[in-house]
Amino acid sequence: MTEGRVRVLMAKAGLDGHDRGVKVVARALRDAGFEVIYTGLHQTPEQVVNAAVQEDVDAIGLSLLSGAHMTLFPRILSLLAEQDATDIRVFGGGTIPDDDVQSLKALGVAEIFTPGASTVDIVEWVRTHVGESAVSGR
Amino acid sequence: MVRDRTLEEEYRIWEEERYGRDRSASFTTLSDHAVKPLYSPLDTSPESFPLDIGWPAEFPYTRGIYGNMYRGRLWTMRQFAGFGTARDTNRRFHYLLQHGVTGLSVAFDNPTLMGIDSDDPRSVGEVGRTGVAIDSLADMEVLFDGIPLDQVSTSMTINAPAAVVLAMYVAVGEKQGVAPEELTGTLQNDILKEYIAQKEWIYPPAAGVKLIVDTVEYTIEHMPKYNPISISGYHIREAGSTAVQELAFTIADGMTYVEACLARGLDVDSFAPRLSFFWNSHIDFFEEIAKFRAARRIWARLMRDKYGAGNPKSWLMRFHTQTAGVSLTAQQPENNIVRTALEALAAVLGGTQSLHTNSMDEVLALPTEKAVEIALRTQQILAHETGVVNTVDPLGGSYFVEALTDDMERGALDYFKRIDELGGVLPGIDAGFFQRELGDAAFHYQRQLERREKIVVGVNEFVTSAPSDIPVLKIDPEVERSQIAGLTELRTRRDDEHVSAALARLQSAAERGDNVMPFVLDAVRAYATVGETSETMKRALGAYREPAFV
Repeated sequence: MTEGRVRVLMAKAGLDGHDRGVKVVARALRDAGFEVIYTGLHQTPEQVVNAAVQEDVDAIGLSLLSGAHMTLFPRILSLLAEQDATDIRVFGGGTIPDDDVQSLKALGVAEIFTPGASTVDIVEWVRTHVGESAVSGR
Repeated sequence: MVRDRTLEEEYRIWEEERYGRDRSASFTTLSDHAVKPLYSPLDTSPESFPLDIGWPAEFPYTRGIYGNMYRGRLWTMRQFAGFGTARDTNRRFHYLLQHGVTGLSVAFDNPTLMGIDSDDPRSVGEVGRTGVAIDSLADMEVLFDGIPLDQVSTSMTINAPAAVVLAMYVAVGEKQGVAPEELTGTLQNDILKEYIAQKEWIYPPAAGVKLIVDTVEYTIEHMPKYNPISISGYHIREAGSTAVQELAFTIADGMTYVEACLARGLDVDSFAPRLSFFWNSHIDFFEEIAKFRAARRIWARLMRDKYGAGNPKSWLMRFHTQTAGVSLTAQQPENNIVRTALEALAAVLGGTQSLHTNSMDEVLALPTEKAVEIALRTQQILAHETGVVNTVDPLGGSYFVEALTDDMERGALDYFKRIDELGGVLPGIDAGFFQRELGDAAFHYQRQLERREKIVVGVNEFVTSAPSDIPVLKIDPEVERSQIAGLTELRTRRDDEHVSAALARLQSAAERGDNVMPFVLDAVRAYATVGETSETMKRALGAYREPAFV
């Protein structure tokens, strides 16, 4: 169970109340053997990053269906940089148009899953891109 | 022909002799309800016509609430819209009215839904993104500029700060010279489904219900043509519920409001005729039609038999329907036009009073004008070309539809029992019952998709790699800046002493447990903001924080 050590913070930031997706992904990751922490709704970027650092997670999975992704993802990336925690990978999902997906990846978001993504693919991505087993691949 | 066999025997023989080999081991609805190969008179009882089906406009209203349904009046084509500033949305409203919508429906942005002002740090990046930004009466005045409120009915999707927005609507009416008595429309004002599904709240659940009773009481007295609540299954379904859960949880919420109004001392027939509902129309065609028909029947029976309503208008479930946003796919988005058309058809065959059809691009962003036009044209094609409006409840008497309607009703009654055992909806929310039921159903469906037990075209079957190239509406970041500039300007222009005094009176009223509506109206007329008003009430009523569980 090397994956048992991989910790993922699943997060909802901003005022968005859509939590169907984040909960489905959290369960799928947990079922796959990862340790999953869920922030609950309506978190500020500061709260998300503080939780990630305190919980010593390997990745933050941010769910956004509010259209605020171009504000909240960059804010979280810069707060991680301020806290010297850029080893925490940030991935995400939600209603995010293609153009914005490209911009967010350029800013340092590792991956974005858009509507229709399979949890099988998300689990596989986390397995290969997050945590110690993935370090050599980075 | 004289029968020498019973129906049961005939069915058995038919099954043996005529029925071939199935291509799949089981056939189920989208909600996983088993569907039999064939329905026949065996699936309904001889008493079902007088007891369960009956005539339109007669108890239990399974077939519709009006005698001549769409032969008398078509449903209201009501397209939900809102983005950017009040000025942007006002322009979209005028566009929709020019193209034949017959009612407006306002989508508010997340800060407004949460009772937070646009210049609050928590609003950064959210202003005008998923709806229109409304901070004060000044914005509402612009939103309805050139729209006569005595002629156009308006639905407003607002819940936690519903009392504030209702007060603003009344105040805009006053400015237009339209008395509250003449205002028509619907306030969503259904806080229970926020804790269950939509998750845009301010106060704890019991306080939220209290505020709803305040608005009901106010509208009974001052706004006789206005619907103070739209008890909503839509969001429950979008959050992952099955059809039966949508039906059961929503009607359970409705019962909770009825009981809270009765506890206030209101007469059931004074408010029940003004309650309305809001359903999702998902992609499983017959399941949805059965759900709508069962909903009317359950509500009529509850209102007459459980709550003793004497006025037949109290027994009627009037409802709005929206096609299922969650059924739309980002892959091959043009296919969403077809999905929406089928869902809209189900809503019409189910007897809806008003309808919103989603635009094909809503899975990507807020809709463009072109996409909205196609969605509206879909309704017009149903109404004017297909002929489905020519007769009342065309599917009534279908063995399958009637059996499925019965199943829906039974399923809902089972849930009512479970909710009663939990002590009701409020304790159920505290215990996380509804949230867990939805989470389980959503996860189960996701697994079915991944095992390809359920097929979604373009997602897990018939997949193409061609990227979609439909245009997407972008909200200019300038919206946030200009909204905040307007708010800053308002704060300097208005009479602050007047605002503070009105808010202080509101806080005392909320602390005393009085009906807050007159006090909210005063605050709003003085241009107190949505955030200030909500913050003031929060000091009296407390704030809600959901326990986080997966």
